[in-house]
Amino acid sequence: MIVNRGDARSQPWHEVHRIRSDMNRLFSSLGRDWPLLAASYPPMNVWQDGENLYLEAELPGMELSDLEIYVIGGDQLTIKGERKPVQVDRAVWLRRERGFGKFSRVMTMPIPVDADNVQAKLAQGVLSITLPKGADAKPKKIAVKAE
Amino acid sequence: MAQNAMAAKAEESPDAVHPERMHEGVQYAPRVDILETENEISIYADMPGCKPEDVDVEFENGQLELFGKCMPRQDKVHYLLREYGVGNYHRTFTISEPIDVASLSASYKQGVVTVRLPKSEASKPKRISVQAE
Repeated sequence: MIVNRGDARSQPWHEVHRIRSDMNRLFSSLGRDWPLLAASYPPMNVWQDGENLYLEAELPGMELSDLEIYVIGGDQLTIKGERKPVQVDRAVWLRRERGFGKFSRVMTMPIPVDADNVQAKLAQGVLSITLPKGADAKPKKIAVKAE
Repeated sequence: MAQNAMAAKAEESPDAVHPERMHEGVQYAPRVDILETENEISIYADMPGCKPEDVDVEFENGQLELFGKCMPRQDKVHYLLREYGVGNYHRTFTISEPIDVASLSASYKQGVVTVRLPKSEASKPKRISVQAE
């Protein structure tokens, strides 16, 4: 690259501002909810309300029978399964981006859950698990007595 | 005059590179597997969380377009862990093989869109018998 000396003195900051505005534009086009990249499979979202913890994972192409879900020790949730590869006789792969194989992920819940009443459902490739909070973890209303 | 035209073009270009803005929110390109056999090309795309009626597959002039509307499943919750986002799916492919458009089919099951593009008769390989003389 040939840099004109006269320009070099005035241009660097201009260049920095240009790159910064390009980056801002890139990130604003992606939206503010830029998700964190998950290191493990499947990626999960977890949230809660007063009664339950909720966990959601995207597992396209799988059935509940391909999955094993269990809770150990009141707060360790394990999701295990196997995703089978597409099989077509005498076919040539033109593109292969979808992962396959066995996976297992253990999540430690932030609070103990009632393991007997955990519910899981799978709809259109989205696994939703509802984990009722253990009796000790539910918020308790404390009556304030007036004296 | 020519310079003015170029300047106008340069001003337009920053917006021209944002086709995403036509739709609301973040869009995701689904991961795909594409396989080809003698008779057809099949495409498998991971698009979990759509309603079957919100999945669109369009084929026109050798362009295959997959679109899936996917609304947020939670409303204003505070996430303890957030490893993926939810949004519409969109991806376009150019198919160079001539396709028999009338018998093209698509299905949506377990969050996976499967598109079958049967090759048109003309593009299928033909076995030519060699005759011994």
